[in-house]
Amino acid sequence: MKICVLVKEVPDAAVEKRIDPSTGRMDRSGEKNLNPYDTHAIEAAMQLKEGGALQVDEIVAVTMGPESAVRALHKAVSLGADRSIHLTDAALAGSDVAATGYALAKALEKEQPDVVLLGQQSDDGECYTIGAVVAEHLKAPSLTQVIKLDVVDGGLRCERQAEYGYDTVQVSLPAVISVGDAINEPRYPSLKAIMGAKKKPLETASAADAGIDASLVGGDGSRVQCGEFKAPPAKAAGTIIEDEDTDATVEQIVAWLDERKLI
Amino acid sequence: MTASTTAAPALRPNDFLNIDSLLSDEERLIRDTVRQFVAREVVPNVGEWFEEARIPRELANELGDLNVLGMHLTGYGCAGASATAYGLACMELEAGDSGVRSLVSVQGSLAMFAIWRWGSEEQKQEWLPRMAKGEAIGCFGLTEPDAGSDPGSMRTRARRDGDEWVLNGQKMWITNGSISDVAVVWAQTDEGVRGFLVPRGTPGFTAPEIHKKLSLRASVTSELVLDDVRLPDSARLPEANSLRGPLSCLNEARYGIVWGAAGAARACLEAAVEYSKTRIQFDKPIASFQIIQQRLAEMATKVNQATLLALHLGRLKDAGQLRNEHVSMGKLANVNAALEVARTARQVLGANGITLEYPVIRHMNNLESVVTYEGTADVHALVIGNALTGISAFR
Ligand SMILES: Cc1cc2nc3c(=O)[nH]c(=O)nc-3n(C[C@H](O)[C@H](O)[C@H](O)COP(=O)(O)OP(=O)(O)OC[C@H]3O[C@@H](n4cnc5c(N)ncnc54)[C@H](O)[C@@H]3O)c2cc1C
Ligand SMILES: Cc1cc2nc3c(=O)[nH]c(=O)nc-3n(C[C@H](O)[C@H](O)[C@H](O)COP(=O)(O)OP(=O)(O)OC[C@H]3O[C@@H](n4cnc5c(N)ncnc54)[C@H](O)[C@@H]3O)c2cc1C
Repeated sequence: MKICVLVKEVPDAAVEKRIDPSTGRMDRSGEKNLNPYDTHAIEAAMQLKEGGALQVDEIVAVTMGPESAVRALHKAVSLGADRSIHLTDAALAGSDVAATGYALAKALEKEQPDVVLLGQQSDDGECYTIGAVVAEHLKAPSLTQVIKLDVVDGGLRCERQAEYGYDTVQVSLPAVISVGDAINEPRYPSLKAIMGAKKKPLETASAADAGIDASLVGGDGSRVQCGEFKAPPAKAAGTIIEDEDTDATVEQIVAWLDERKLI
Repeated sequence: MTASTTAAPALRPNDFLNIDSLLSDEERLIRDTVRQFVAREVVPNVGEWFEEARIPRELANELGDLNVLGMHLTGYGCAGASATAYGLACMELEAGDSGVRSLVSVQGSLAMFAIWRWGSEEQKQEWLPRMAKGEAIGCFGLTEPDAGSDPGSMRTRARRDGDEWVLNGQKMWITNGSISDVAVVWAQTDEGVRGFLVPRGTPGFTAPEIHKKLSLRASVTSELVLDDVRLPDSARLPEANSLRGPLSCLNEARYGIVWGAAGAARACLEAAVEYSKTRIQFDKPIASFQIIQQRLAEMATKVNQATLLALHLGRLKDAGQLRNEHVSMGKLANVNAALEVARTARQVLGANGITLEYPVIRHMNNLESVVTYEGTADVHALVIGNALTGISAFR
């Protein structure tokens, strides 16, 4: 069977996020990295492959993004994916979540994966929704915020992290599953894998190659129109309590919470 | 004046000169991977290892899984990375601790390199794949109690006895000695200096650990005692037939130290910058005093210079243009710079600077070993002096 993992290039966690005043959008320049949540999705795919309960023949990393996104694919491949697909086209720039999900689903249709894995959220957009949109287009079940995956009866038994506790859901394949960071501890890529990444097949696909209807993607094809972006108000400086005497420290914390009627 | 079209990127305190821009994506990914490993597996624990004077054996297996051990060698399970990539790994490892970098240097550049460069096919097959994985540990025995800077005066002797060799002597200050599965031992013979592979447990061979060190405590340092150790001729490194054998290995390891020292210095600088911004004295962060800023500025300059020098040597090495004298200049400059940075950072941290809660005094003490081993600073100055003047001042 085949697992496709959706990956995204995002600004590195160390880069302070800011609104670019000239475009009103998030400034995505500067150091970039593979979305950390996606590394958990790749690791989940690797564990399914290595676990042996399913016969996983291939793990394919798929991204949609500008030229630089190739680096996210290299990293995905160094973490274990067998090959990668780069969906890239000027027509796709400015796509909103629905358009992005549609475009990715079109790219996935050609691959016919048995499982689609992705990180539950991206470090930049933080929408939590791509998985559901992709599943809708693929007409496959969608499971989000999954933190445990086991192979049971030829399908997957997933534990979801919900607001009220945990859901345990048995899903038959194909399925689209977004994972949280509690699902596993991603391995370090080995240096051999990093050095071998460029040698693994990388396919570049345009919107037309993927059979994407150009009127449904890009800034114009997106139904979300962004008005104004504003940086969140600066947080007030916190209070640091030095723990010199633990009893006194606890008293201070309790007093602080009490003052704000939090306990 | 020329107008530039693209704006310069924002300043990053931890890479002031944007040296990152001189690295390829692959080099950065290798560097970031080792950096992340060190941040998670080494930094939180190394203060304790240092205090307890130990280094966990499993760390070698983890480094093997990363393919860091012998990473610049080709074949036999080694990664075949560039010299620059190897240097970047050394920098990140030593930003954690010189002891961890020493483990990797001795394994990859001294023990594995000796076998890879001077060994027989059988010796390579037997040892290199297991050493690359960290399943087998190696050490490199050249220094003796009475032969340090002048290894040619070594007293350890190997004499032929029929088809066999009999080794007698003592080696001193041998990194990884007590935890080694195989020791590369250099000995004087009637035919000149030869190298031998001595497996752990060979009768007559012991490797007692050296205690009471105040430097490089998160590293095993040992004596090697050879008392009528009998070895078959197949234990001899067949391709090495002079002091050039061990010296070629040392040159590999020293190259890694040029990078490693820059890493240790960077870690001290980072600690000092952080500390100075949060430590309040006289109602202000101490970072607001000019003396502190001057120190930080000088430390940052040294760190960036050291990194550029290391990278330059790396590029020369990858181009096959690196000379021993270049490495001598790199080691002399970078280890001395790192020592100065560490000592300055130590003072910026006030009394906290003398504890293992912060990394600086650990680095400072470690660097006292680093400036001594693999050729002392004096010896490297003499190498450079010799190259400049044509006059050898060694004896
Ligand atoms: C922690 C640690 C780990 C080590 N690991 C290893 C290892 O794995 N394998 C190994 O073989 N060795 C190892 N060594 C040994 C190291 O290489 C030697 O300590 C080093 O070569 C210096 O030799 P020495 O200590 O005998 O000093 P000496 O050679 O006695 O030097 C003492 C002083 O005299 C100076 N000096 C010597 N000759 C001259 C000269 N001609 N002109 C001017 N000044 C001179 C030196 O610079 C130094 O300041 C290690 C050492 C340490 C501290
Ligand atoms: C082993 C040990 C034993 C000690 N024993 C005693 C003891 O018995 N009794 C006791 O009372 N204390 C003791 N001390 C504390 C010692 O006196 C303090 O460490 C010292 O006064 C420095 O204070 P600090 O560590 O808080 O450093 P800080 O005052 O925080 O200084 C940190 C750095 O900032 C610099 N700095 C601070 N202010 C300025 C400024 N205005 N302008 C420029 N630079 C500045 C300092 O020079 C230093 O480099 C001991 C310390 C040690 C290490």
